[in-house]
Amino acid sequence: MNRSLRPLLATTAIFLVAYFVAVLQHPNMLSTRVLGNLLTDNAFLGVAAIGMTFVILSGGIDLSVGAVIGFTTVLIAVLIMWLDLHPLLAFAIALVTAGAFGAAMGAAIHFLKVPSFIVTLAGMFLARGGASVLSSDSIGIRHEFYSAVSKSYILLPGGGRLTVIGIIMLIAFAAAIVVAHRTRFGSNVYALGGSETSAALMGVPVGRTTIMIYALSSTLAGLAGVVFSLYTSAGYSLNALGVELDAIAAVVIGGTLLTGGYGFVAGTFIGVMLQGLVQTYIVFDGTLSSWWTKIVVGVLLFMFIVLQRLVFRSGPSRS
Amino acid sequence: MSDHGTRPVLQGCGIVKTFGQHRALDGVDFDLYAGEVHALLGENGAGKSTLIKILTGAYQPDGGELLLDGEPIQLRDTLHGQGYGIGTVYQEVNLLPNRSAAENLFLGRQPTRFGLIQRREIETRARDLLAGYGLDIDVHAELSEFSVAIQQIVAIARAVELSGKVLVLDEPTASLDRNEVERLYEVIGGLKAKGLGIIFITHFLDQVFDLADRVTVLRNGRKVATEALSDVDTTDVVRMMLGKDVSFEHHPTTLNSRTKGRVRVSFKGVGRTGLAPFDLAVHEGEVVGVAGLLGSGRTEVARLLFGVDAAESGSFTVDGQPVSIRNPAQAVAAGFGFCPEDRKLDGIFGELSVRENIIIALQAKLGWFRALNRDDQIELSGRYAEALDIRAADHDMPVKFLSGGNQQKVILARWLAIDPTFLILDEPTRGIDVGAHAEIVRTINRLREEGLALFVISSELDEVVAYSDRVVVMRERQMVAELASDDITPDAIVQAIAGTHSKENTL
Amino acid sequence: MTRPTANIRPASQPPRPPARPVYAFVTQPQVIALVAVLLVNWALFPGFFTITWQDGRFFGSLIDVLNRAAPVAILAIGMTAVIATKGVDLSVGAVMAIAGAVAATLVTSGVPAIVAVPVALAVGIACGLWNGILVTFLDIQPIIATLVLMVAGRGLAQLITEGTIVTFSDPVLIFIGTGSILGFPTPAVIALVLMILATLAVRKTALGLLIEAVGINRSAARFAGLSSRVLLLIVYSFAGFCAAIAGLIVAGDIRGADANNAGLWLELDAILAVVIGGTSLMGGRFSIPMAVLGALIIQAMNTGILISGFSPEFNLVVKSGVIIVILVLQSHLAARFFQRRPAAANPSSSGQQK
Repeated sequence: MNRSLRPLLATTAIFLVAYFVAVLQHPNMLSTRVLGNLLTDNAFLGVAAIGMTFVILSGGIDLSVGAVIGFTTVLIAVLIMWLDLHPLLAFAIALVTAGAFGAAMGAAIHFLKVPSFIVTLAGMFLARGGASVLSSDSIGIRHEFYSAVSKSYILLPGGGRLTVIGIIMLIAFAAAIVVAHRTRFGSNVYALGGSETSAALMGVPVGRTTIMIYALSSTLAGLAGVVFSLYTSAGYSLNALGVELDAIAAVVIGGTLLTGGYGFVAGTFIGVMLQGLVQTYIVFDGTLSSWWTKIVVGVLLFMFIVLQRLVFRSGPSRS
Repeated sequence: MSDHGTRPVLQGCGIVKTFGQHRALDGVDFDLYAGEVHALLGENGAGKSTLIKILTGAYQPDGGELLLDGEPIQLRDTLHGQGYGIGTVYQEVNLLPNRSAAENLFLGRQPTRFGLIQRREIETRARDLLAGYGLDIDVHAELSEFSVAIQQIVAIARAVELSGKVLVLDEPTASLDRNEVERLYEVIGGLKAKGLGIIFITHFLDQVFDLADRVTVLRNGRKVATEALSDVDTTDVVRMMLGKDVSFEHHPTTLNSRTKGRVRVSFKGVGRTGLAPFDLAVHEGEVVGVAGLLGSGRTEVARLLFGVDAAESGSFTVDGQPVSIRNPAQAVAAGFGFCPEDRKLDGIFGELSVRENIIIALQAKLGWFRALNRDDQIELSGRYAEALDIRAADHDMPVKFLSGGNQQKVILARWLAIDPTFLILDEPTRGIDVGAHAEIVRTINRLREEGLALFVISSELDEVVAYSDRVVVMRERQMVAELASDDITPDAIVQAIAGTHSKENTL
Repeated sequence: MTRPTANIRPASQPPRPPARPVYAFVTQPQVIALVAVLLVNWALFPGFFTITWQDGRFFGSLIDVLNRAAPVAILAIGMTAVIATKGVDLSVGAVMAIAGAVAATLVTSGVPAIVAVPVALAVGIACGLWNGILVTFLDIQPIIATLVLMVAGRGLAQLITEGTIVTFSDPVLIFIGTGSILGFPTPAVIALVLMILATLAVRKTALGLLIEAVGINRSAARFAGLSSRVLLLIVYSFAGFCAAIAGLIVAGDIRGADANNAGLWLELDAILAVVIGGTSLMGGRFSIPMAVLGALIIQAMNTGILISGFSPEFNLVVKSGVIIVILVLQSHLAARFFQRRPAAANPSSSGQQK
């Protein structure tokens, strides 16, 4: 069996067992309503985690995603409320800005040959700072487009609602799965994560791929910002504080190797859902406090890091 | 060799390459015909890898020119060389361990439809391609799941697909077992029949004779000779590889009447997987030289003695007392010192100063709290720098700015500073200007006179002869012969390494 | 390219006397940068250098910079050693929150501060030890190993405080956060003392040299008979210890333990301070005082931005600018640019700063 499947299977099994246990205790959790909310409430995290998956697969890390989400929500709010742009136009501008920002970070990582964490750390400071320079106060968004979006959803059997932002996340995941596993760009991302030297020798355009990876990550963080903006109808520079950590956790729990090269976009989806499930369970339980989420996520993170160590430490099996 | 055309497919004329002050290649001529296997031999630092990097485009020569089918070419990089039909398979397989065999074969040229990779087509084509090499594997499985031999064949298949004229195989058999080597022979034979020119680098002489049509031997950046293998035997090849660049005066046994000192260190039945157990005792004031080709197990012995790899069997004795040596720290505590073969990787601390590099082992031995103060450090480094004639403008400058020979002396000084009983030197003259060789040899002789027990590995035959009281010969990961006093001659060592007429010396 | 100096015989040349320390210190780029930032602050706010004596302690913007720089400076002291071993510790912010929570919870439940403070410090050391074990024994990359505690640590802190901000009126903790010693703010004095002790500990023993050796070339360190495992455990534990001190200061400052916000993002400031201080993220040569200077530079910029009326978040933009400048200066592009100039005559000083 492909050994990179093992962590993914472990995640899936943990999710199913956890869900089963949760349903045993709180039968109400087995409803499309809960499922719909799981998708809606975690949509922005899911979209951001997709970008993080590509970055981590390539052997890097992106600490700027939370800040880019925050910046995007402020930029969108400013464009809509102060400049009277149509939200769709504002979204387009925000996505392009975010993409260019990521491309610049990718270029810095490639050309300056510095660790990605320090470059994206600078990116994080810049995006948060830039957002608060635009506006340090929260800006509420009132626009008929926003109210129309929040009123539209697909009614699921059982009363659950599949909202627009939930659909955005699902589409993003579907598209990302195709990009990761069925395009040359996707292959190149895995190649970089496997061995940058080998990849270069085999003709992978390392610089171009690196720039595209970080541009993609920031664009998706921008899209997560759009989702967040639709979710909260507000723009605030401190929105999505620390989401990069949740995204990294989702990617790792989803079975992607933190050192790159192995993993699946679909696994990240399960990782996000697992985090959402923990939160939902805590809400349902009522007696547990919210900080248990962080502890459980930390424990899961630890388990998966150790699991990966065990799975990937053994050298090539001779056949 | 008669059926190839009159003109070589790939030719290098007077290739020169220098790194800093070090001349890695000095006017080397090389030619390769279609349909031949041309072996390239030489010890570490002889210039083999520099030469193939120039032939494949990884390096650009500083002098000389490359001709492909008689036309001069200039290669920007390996991809450019690949475009001309020159492909390479490196020793440490340069493929992606995390991707499937099929994807490794087609990375960068995957067939796509509407931008989407046609995975089924890739897998079918990969299966067909590998079938041509007699390989029937699950092409969907991750490459790292396969043995190194299969990875090698996949790498060869990719290189041949992309290039198709010249194939460079850089030590492809280094980590293969006998069956796997046989399998590789078949693959290479098939490619040769198809008319590819193949450059084959290895350090196994028997494989050279099994496989190659001609051999070129390099030593210290110069070509020694190119010979058809039908005209030479193993002994000739070993002699060419280890030959003489510098002549040294005398064998040490003729200097003293041999009054051997007491035994300082002895090893009984020391061994480990892949290395036959051996016995060894080294006396006070004695140099035991180790001769053997690269890959004969000589470095592995040194690593075992110093605890870099823990021995799986056997016992260690120092001055009659049994000691446990499971890691280098214990070896240092027992008074051992080790100058490793790869200075840059395992020896020097590039950013640390000359002074700190000299005192570091003593400091590690003393522990954190008994810090050598600055005056002690200056005194120690000054003393050994003078004793070994280390040429540094300033002992506070980072050691990475020194020449290779001076760095080697710094590491030697590091071990002398702990006042060792037993010193292991692995290729002490490798990568050092030929002029500085004599100096190292003099130093080794002086250390012997001061009563040290030394264990010196070298591929420079004349040097081994110049300082050894005894010579241990290694072949195929075991000690196969031991020569003493008057038996130590270059010829006797060559015979023992080649393993041809020297059965009577075999242990 | 460097020119090997092959013809100079050391025996015939006495060791060169080291440059006068004061001069060498003043010409460090970090010192120049700090002075420049302070001068800009002075230009923006003429009263910047004014220091007054009031109620038995000094007051003034400069004192304020010292006071506020203390937590990051203390974190940077521990972080320097970690980075010198080619590692990084992302968890120190979370460890601050844990230590603050432990101390606050203990004193509010009646435990005297004389016990609560050592317990909090011990918890910090334990957190560091955990990181060290992951790095040395499980051989997990430091950035990944410390991420676990970065994620889970705040949850643990909240578990201890049960989600509330635990306020206290314990005089010892408040003294640690807001008191004064000889007229200077306690946090600044603690940072100074810790800096001096840590510097003495690494430079008067062989610890500093051995840490650098492990960071520069772990394989060569092994061959030289150095056991790096114990060293790494000590270094990570010390980072945890420093984080705990910083956590006590921050808690004492607000007279409460805020598990959510105590030390939030300070790990990144600490890393930045170390990098400004000239220690390379690739490990090797390090300087604890320079990292403390880095923390002072960061805080001086912070204060400057505040007094010039910009929003405090604008500081983030400036910080990112500083990182970008440092990265460009340290990059091989810059190295190539500077090489064009006459060969650096004195390579011996290049070990201390990059």
